[in-house]
Amino acid sequence: MEMTGGQVAELSGAEIVSRCLAEEQVEFLFGYPGGAVLPIYDELFKQDKVKHILVRHEQAGVHAADAYARATGKVGVALVTSGPGVTNAISGIATAHLDSVPMVVLTGQVPTKAIGEDAFQEVDTVGITRPCVKHNILVKRAQDIAPAIKKAFHIAATGRPGPVVVDIPKDITLETTNYFYPKSVALRSYNLVTRGHSGQIRKAVELLLSAKRPMIYSGGGIIMGNASELLTQFVHALGYPCTNTLMGLGAFPATDPLFLGMLGMHGTYEANMAMQDCDVLLAIGARFDDRVIGNPEHFMSVNRKIIHVDVDPSSISKRVKVDIPIVGDVSEVLKSMLEHVAELSKGSGKSDVDAWWKQISVWREKDCSKFGVSDTVIKPQSVVKTFYELTKNEDVFVTSDVGQHQMWAAQYYKFDRPRRWINSGGLGTMGVGLPYAMGCQFAYPDALVACITGEASIQMCIQELSTAKQYNLPIKVITLNNRYLGMVRQWQEFFHGNRHSESYMDALPDFVKLAESYGHVGMRIENPSDVEGALKEAIALKDRLVFMDFITDQAENVYPMIPGGKGLSEMILDGSSD
Amino acid sequence: MRHILSLLLENESGALSRVAGLFSARGYNIESLTVAPTEDPSLSRMTIVTIGSDEVLEQITKQLNKLVDVVKVIDLTEGSHIERELMLVKVRAVAKDREEMKRISDIFRGRILDVTDKTYTIELTGTGSKLDAFFDALDREAILETVRTGASGIGRGDRILKV
Repeated sequence: MEMTGGQVAELSGAEIVSRCLAEEQVEFLFGYPGGAVLPIYDELFKQDKVKHILVRHEQAGVHAADAYARATGKVGVALVTSGPGVTNAISGIATAHLDSVPMVVLTGQVPTKAIGEDAFQEVDTVGITRPCVKHNILVKRAQDIAPAIKKAFHIAATGRPGPVVVDIPKDITLETTNYFYPKSVALRSYNLVTRGHSGQIRKAVELLLSAKRPMIYSGGGIIMGNASELLTQFVHALGYPCTNTLMGLGAFPATDPLFLGMLGMHGTYEANMAMQDCDVLLAIGARFDDRVIGNPEHFMSVNRKIIHVDVDPSSISKRVKVDIPIVGDVSEVLKSMLEHVAELSKGSGKSDVDAWWKQISVWREKDCSKFGVSDTVIKPQSVVKTFYELTKNEDVFVTSDVGQHQMWAAQYYKFDRPRRWINSGGLGTMGVGLPYAMGCQFAYPDALVACITGEASIQMCIQELSTAKQYNLPIKVITLNNRYLGMVRQWQEFFHGNRHSESYMDALPDFVKLAESYGHVGMRIENPSDVEGALKEAIALKDRLVFMDFITDQAENVYPMIPGGKGLSEMILDGSSD
Repeated sequence: MRHILSLLLENESGALSRVAGLFSARGYNIESLTVAPTEDPSLSRMTIVTIGSDEVLEQITKQLNKLVDVVKVIDLTEGSHIERELMLVKVRAVAKDREEMKRISDIFRGRILDVTDKTYTIELTGTGSKLDAFFDALDREAILETVRTGASGIGRGDRILKV
């Protein structure tokens, strides 16, 4: 590893940690103190550049750092102590890993001499985190702290981003050593491909222009690669249909007429049918995962040409064999593709896709997102839809937990901008919603931040209502309370003979009183006629966290749905036949 | 199909477990794995023998390249290469078997490294299949203990794996 630049000074390891974070212009450090990190906390106390946010559980701290990264595009940073601090952080680290979020997690470790002796609060941090990080480093000498942190930020933020853990034993934070912060880092084993292969790009554009039934399928990579504007330009230049994955929502504007909605297990009829029936598919910043294409054999049973653009070569031809692979940064590749489109469409022009659009409009007429209305019971979809109608002209950040409410939020809130929809798509971690909202609210203190959640998910990190009070975070918690683990119940209905094994939530707390006991505003909404008024009232309370407990239809299911192991065109469209 | 992958990786603690962990986490086969530092002490050279379809091998190579500690990966079986494995075998060598054991060892170009009145310890190098053939030539009852290194490989001619 080569490092260059920086001023030399004699500092303690702990002070070096604090200086490094300031050098990286870390705005917020989400963390929780403990024995092994006391020297670092002492240094944080003495400075005012990095603002430490005290969470109530390490998992939530890592989630908040993760959301800060997703919402801003900067590296999220968390600090936890050794042993249980690390094990609590694992869910947060794995969540960020599966969604490729740039994050640096600093972990305390027992003193170097005690490592391996089963010391108090010792855990093999690099061992336990290895399968769920992009990289991790155990620092063994004080003089290695600064290079390790520099390397961590570099690796976390570049290429396909991901979390990097830096494990720092307590004794080396107390030692003094020469400090200088390297200005740059070059690793011989970490070479990034940014520009795509020009010949492949030209071939891809030629193929796209010759398509009769083209489709553009984009994912979270467009958001992580800051390529939303370029993607939008590209889709407009071609006039082709576009779909986003759950992770890609907002990468292409949801209200654009060329948008077919989200695809996948709970995607729209038109998006899934177009994916299956297209003759040329451009997949960009997406990875054909099981929740997106369902059964790969079914998907590949149709003849179509696939172009796949991704910064990570291992994402290409992993689940689906592709015809034109292009490894590169999605922004660079899209720029180059746009140039080729301009040049190539001058000549023979592109083929006529009117018939394809006619077919798509037939699929659209199915109106797969319609849902029943009721005067007596609140339909969960209607809560999301109403919230969208009330806030669509504002710059809103919506986080969710995991389950039915997550799918309804993805289906009924129309995201027109990237980095506004924050959820755990890959790992599917219940409990992320509230800490995600915290991370967004810290990043954008004046923005409207809403957490759409369920009564089960919210209880997995409910303690963070206390953090939200401490820092006056005016989050709007929208709980769709159906007294069930809704998605579990739905699967039990479909695939397990309707036996509701342990999916009923008994002994729920009174969420209004609970919110109030933390010093927040609580509301319970039970009538459909009160939904809009309650949401308006909550939004108007600009400086308070409002916990809205919507008592919703217990029986509602998420449609459309592709049952596990089935193909894209094998959707169940609605529950009307139930 | 059987493939021999050659890797250069940073000679850092944890690098081996990253590679081994990758294989177990993603369900890839490892037939053998050998690793030792190179003439450049900052680098280790690893040889992995694995079995998989072309698609699986493509993924293994890509996933290995993705590990931050891995500097280079090549599939030796894609071109002409040399493969060697070292085996030490302790065999019973008493009475009339003593001469026979020596003769078999000579046929396989083995070397007897240690002798007692009842045993020989034989060193044998070659490809994995040659070492297997040696086993087949021996009376199983005569084998007291074996240890094999797993294959090491290198490209023929100008094929060089270097930083």
